[in-house]
Amino acid sequence: MNLSFQIQGGDFTSAGTASSQVRRTLKELGVDASVIKRVVVALYEAEVNVVAHAYRGTISAEISPDKVFMKLVDEGPGITDIEKAMTPGFSTASQEVREMGFGAGMGLPNICRNADVFNIHSVPGKGTTVEITIQFK
Amino acid sequence: MTIHEIVSLVHGKILCGNVGNEDSVEYCFASDLMSDVLTVCRSDFMLITGLSNVQSIRTAEMSDLKYILLVRGKTPSPEMVELAEESGIVLIISPYSMFKASGILYQAGLKGVY
Ligand SMILES: Nc1ncnc2c1ncn2[C@@H]1O[C@H](COP(=O)(O)OP(=O)(O)O)[C@@H](O)[C@H]1O
Ligand SMILES: [Mg+2]
Repeated sequence: MNLSFQIQGGDFTSAGTASSQVRRTLKELGVDASVIKRVVVALYEAEVNVVAHAYRGTISAEISPDKVFMKLVDEGPGITDIEKAMTPGFSTASQEVREMGFGAGMGLPNICRNADVFNIHSVPGKGTTVEITIQFK
Repeated sequence: MTIHEIVSLVHGKILCGNVGNEDSVEYCFASDLMSDVLTVCRSDFMLITGLSNVQSIRTAEMSDLKYILLVRGKTPSPEMVELAEESGIVLIISPYSMFKASGILYQAGLKGVY
């Protein structure tokens, strides 16, 4: 099963709707609750990153019997130093992002922790791609 | 501790969600930082927060939480209440500060997650 969503940068009211949809689908499929939590926590932080740091993006979630593969592709400023961006506590988030309860530099490390496979690549000035795979087991 | 006891201790009010007499919770986590809440692996706790926007409801949803205690007399927007209702989340408000609400509930026996 494939789900896909469009994300608008700066649209904080809608941030989380894609993750919510994926959550509902996984629940309907009877996936274990603790696995669903890992999936949607990772996806939600990644979705918030597109809203917070990029101009626009797409999310696709490919659900197979044994795993989910999620890909977030955005058009935005990209990340020049990924290692630095992955460091807990590093953040370039705006005041607006902080007021939404994010922007503490905890998102990428938490995505990484929850994912079985995590990939991030970025072209500065163009955009960022994040890939998350989580096994159902 | 039952939800009704909690509500009474913090002079709170239940804004949405069905709460039965037996419904209870044992753990709490207090934060205004949603990224922090999202690092907690377990799901059997009540979130105490002063963050009054849709992202606090979204965070509870993704974290699989059932209860949010919104402190400091904040009035949640209709969108927040609607989203909480949709997600089956019980939204409670209290006029007390985060410190005071947390202190009272801790003293009454609610446990910290860590
Ligand atoms: N999709 C993205 N586009 C551009 N920059 C990003 C993106 N995701 C993350 N970043 C950069 O990496 C930093 C760390 O991200 P994260 O750990 O999620 O923390 P936070 O979002 O709270 O700042 C961000 O502050 C930002 O500089
Ligand atoms: Mg982030």
